[in-house]
Amino acid sequence: MDINWELIGDSLWPIVLGGLSGTIPLSLASFAIGLAIALVMALMRLSRNPVVSFIARAYISVIRGTPLLVQLFVIFYGLPSIGVTLSPWPSAIIAFSMNVGGYAAEVIRAAILSVPKGQWEAGYTIGMSRTTTLRRLILPQAARVSVPPLSNTFISLVKDTSLASLITFTELFRRAQEIAAFSQEFMLVYIEAALVYWVFCLVLSSGQTRLERRFDRYVAH
Amino acid sequence: MSHTDPGNARPLLRATDLQKSFGEHQVLKSIDLLIGKGQVLALIGPSGSGKTTVLRCLNGLEIPDGGEVAFDGGPAVAFAPGTTQKQAQVLRTRSAMVFQNYNLFPHMTVLENVIEGPLQVQRRKRVEVVAEAESLLARVGLAEKRDQYPHQLSGGQQQRVGIVRALALKPSLLLFDEPTSALDPELVGDVLRVIKELADEGWTMVLVTHELAFAREVADEIVFMDQGVVVERGHPEVVLRTPQNERTKQFVHRLLNPF
Repeated sequence: MDINWELIGDSLWPIVLGGLSGTIPLSLASFAIGLAIALVMALMRLSRNPVVSFIARAYISVIRGTPLLVQLFVIFYGLPSIGVTLSPWPSAIIAFSMNVGGYAAEVIRAAILSVPKGQWEAGYTIGMSRTTTLRRLILPQAARVSVPPLSNTFISLVKDTSLASLITFTELFRRAQEIAAFSQEFMLVYIEAALVYWVFCLVLSSGQTRLERRFDRYVAH
Repeated sequence: MSHTDPGNARPLLRATDLQKSFGEHQVLKSIDLLIGKGQVLALIGPSGSGKTTVLRCLNGLEIPDGGEVAFDGGPAVAFAPGTTQKQAQVLRTRSAMVFQNYNLFPHMTVLENVIEGPLQVQRRKRVEVVAEAESLLARVGLAEKRDQYPHQLSGGQQQRVGIVRALALKPSLLLFDEPTSALDPELVGDVLRVIKELADEGWTMVLVTHELAFAREVADEIVFMDQGVVVERGHPEVVLRTPQNERTKQFVHRLLNPF
């Protein structure tokens, strides 16, 4: 098979551009909003109030128990039939952040539970309220524990955003699909797209390593 | 030696009829304590006797099922099974605690550990709090450790930071929960020396300990507990040398003659 080098040269930048203008901002926005949802859900699940805890459980169960693609379709193609029409950008951000919220909630809950009870008690004995103890003592320690699993969530998210191509959202993979259809070079263009995703994820992994090293300064080895 | 006669000291803290059960197991059956200002009270007893639970009830870390705790001049906190941590918070503005396992904040430096309460809770001025923290650290021989993290210190050093963290709050009562039990034997002395100095300075404290010789040295009153009740209380020389109760006799004998 002859490799069409010219096509690779011509298509690389449009694909990368699709990543920079679509995949990456969508991932960053969804992850940030998703983490906020996750923190709220984790705290609700840990609440002693059974109703509050149940709401969080139900949310997590629905998000994790249904396909992301179906969630995207409900929001983009389903909501218009009850009068709510959203364009691709808000649809994608809502679907992906809600999804991250469900998965990361369990990560954050586990991280909070991993902080020894003595840390809560030490906070109480220096006069702190529950909220202050959580904010100043528990969450900073939980953050360290949750870096590796949350990095997983983030990397999955970056790749999952390719599903947004199915709701007409222009990102990396949709660009690749357009180029492939036009050039008929499916193998070449899709492998090219895969490599660009891979490079993005390598950058993220190195970010994870750096973050872990920063947190490690207060941990014994 | 004893520096205050418990009978004459102005009362600082009064605990009345403290009761606590964990499930079916009743760990405290009506405990009364009266701690005079400047007095050092040592709680001793076999493990499972309830002594640590009593200590933790005094600042509401453990919520008793019944009973009352009140500081001199403060509101009495009447406990019931539904009492919240928040309601117990008033007790914690007057006391500070030193834990068996130190419970330092691992993500903060030594100095940050010490100033956290004064800054975040008491909202005092940073320069003032830092200066005080530095002089307290210097006092316990840890001035040069101020920017290290807890995991870089030995157990004895961590516990001295724990004591400084408590002192920085300027509490009227210090609570010690087996402060040397987690330490290697050669590190125990440094920590006990600091506690002894504080007792000599007139700090009021309640100390849960297995170190009977130390209790005899610093305490004004010894309270011996067993199975959730106070079995015997009194002057250290009396309780430890000529205990009246059979259970006290056995316990003291066993600790002083372990083999």
